Amino acid sequence: MATVNNFFPSASITSSGRPVLLPNEVECQLLSAVDLESDDDPNFPSFKSGLLILTTHRLLWLPSNSTTHSNAIAIPLSLITHIFSPKKSIKAIFHSPRVRFQVSLNSKSLVVTVVARGKGDWDGFLPKFFENWRGRAWETDTVGSSTDGSVATAVSGASSNSGGFYSSDGSVRLVGVAGILRKEQEMWESTDKSLQEAFQDLNALMSKAKEMVMLAEKMRQKLLSGSNSQTSAANDEEMGSKEEMQDWLLSVGIISPVTKESAGALYHQQLSRQLADFVRIPLVRAGGMINLIDIYCLFNRARGTELISPEDLLQACTLWEKFDAPVMLRKFDSGVMVIQNKSHSDEEVFARIKTLVTQPDALQGGITASDAAMTLGIAPAMAKEHLLTAESRGILCRDISPDGFRFYINLFPEINSDDMHMVKDHGIYSLWARAVSAL
Amino acid sequence: MQKLGDFKLPQFFNYPPYFTLQPVRDTREKQVQLWKDLILDYCKTQKIFVIELEDEFPLFSNPVIERSLSHEARKAFLSALVSEGRAEWLDKGHRKCLILWHQIQDWANIILLFVKDNGLEDGVMTIEEIRSGIESRGTELHGIDRTILMRALKLLEHKGKVAIFKGTSTDDEGVKFSV
Repeated sequence: MATVNNFFPSASITSSGRPVLLPNEVECQLLSAVDLESDDDPNFPSFKSGLLILTTHRLLWLPSNSTTHSNAIAIPLSLITHIFSPKKSIKAIFHSPRVRFQVSLNSKSLVVTVVARGKGDWDGFLPKFFENWRGRAWETDTVGSSTDGSVATAVSGASSNSGGFYSSDGSVRLVGVAGILRKEQEMWESTDKSLQEAFQDLNALMSKAKEMVMLAEKMRQKLLSGSNSQTSAANDEEMGSKEEMQDWLLSVGIISPVTKESAGALYHQQLSRQLADFVRIPLVRAGGMINLIDIYCLFNRARGTELISPEDLLQACTLWEKFDAPVMLRKFDSGVMVIQNKSHSDEEVFARIKTLVTQPDALQGGITASDAAMTLGIAPAMAKEHLLTAESRGILCRDISPDGFRFYINLFPEINSDDMHMVKDHGIYSLWARAVSAL
Repeated sequence: MQKLGDFKLPQFFNYPPYFTLQPVRDTREKQVQLWKDLILDYCKTQKIFVIELEDEFPLFSNPVIERSLSHEARKAFLSALVSEGRAEWLDKGHRKCLILWHQIQDWANIILLFVKDNGLEDGVMTIEEIRSGIESRGTELHGIDRTILMRALKLLEHKGKVAIFKGTSTDDEGVKFSV
């Protein structure tokens, strides 16, 4: 039964098969080979042997066959009205571990049984399930966002607020520039305070990590809105620093990193999927190919405290082949490893390199890796790999001299070996000869 | 067009990669081919018989583009000539190379032609006369490397066309032609 069920809301999934999480939603545990059953309704669709993900907000069930993403479902924890404590009976010992809960959907109540047939940390799952359900993380979210909203309106439109000189908490409201300045000052002080708390010790930092990410996100939003509304007033220098700040803040922020703790045996697989989703933006920026080392830095920075080892990263990359990710790991002859889009074609890069080396200057003096890096908009180490690959294809050839290592367009095939003085009127050889003699 | 003495250099002599040993196979094969041709051509017109790797050799550097061949590259190009029978190493250390822009067989034919042209079919000449005498002036034999000449003569002796006889010193070694 592969029909879209009308019992539960469907969950959106990224192209690499990771669930799209809500803001501030954190993954807590993953279990493989999980069935969902219900005795209440004969029309209950079959959810067999899927991946169950417990987050702070939802229970997600993903079919194990990753090609049918559309059948993924999400049960918001907020709709669960009761979780039945598992009975301790002789029968339970022989059964696969299971838990029943009551969920109210469309003003209809339904009892659903989660049956874990695979090997997973079931004993760890149950308490977490209870904890997250009682934790009501979704409620703090709505509270948080509503206060955010009020702050935003207070900052952006002090004049539109008709509250007079006294605000609701009794403090003196200041309008105009002074008001904005004071507000900024207050925000700055509170930010400073939370930063200080965060750095008191590492544990504090860990517990504050989520807040820090939220803070970063908030600041980014503010910067974004700020840059939109005041473009005319802001001068270039300010804009530059804002953009830089934005870049920094953007690079933080995987709120729910896949960890060994939450994913267990599924760790590398899930990490691999998360990585595939993560690399997309840096890849676009880097022009379709990025050094593995750079990704290691970016990914770990985004994960904040849950750092991964280089081995884990490499393993995650090698797993991409198995689930048809849109990105791939590539190893150059020199041993340099990079991540590139599957659609990335060398031909396109070669074409650009060819145009570059046939410029009159380059015909005469060749190009270095850094020249290519600037034109192609990539890192010099990366550019050198491209040049070496182009060389091995016979597009370029090298010139090593006291001036350094330079690349030229390969003229050797154009030279007539029967008459070495002959230069054909057309073709790259005559183009080169003219460029050289013009000097 | 750039020249080296009275030797006309090809355009690609100003192409910097020509002076760097290319690592890619196809490219390198073509590069080696071009160097072999250029070396033979140059040696032939300049009557150069021996190239010493340690010494300066005008063809192996281009001051215009400030490039010169590395020791490794020189050795690679000369070795390619050796493997084709167009050159020979004169020492075990591969520092001196004899360039055969004519192969020994060709040199032998040139000698025979020279003998006929001068009516020396039954004549006698010393080695030095062949190399620097009046008769050989203006021919390819003038100034020929002694090693190459002796080898060509030995080849002819083997065919019974000359008899080499030794004098008291190397100066008065001679040959009797019997073409």
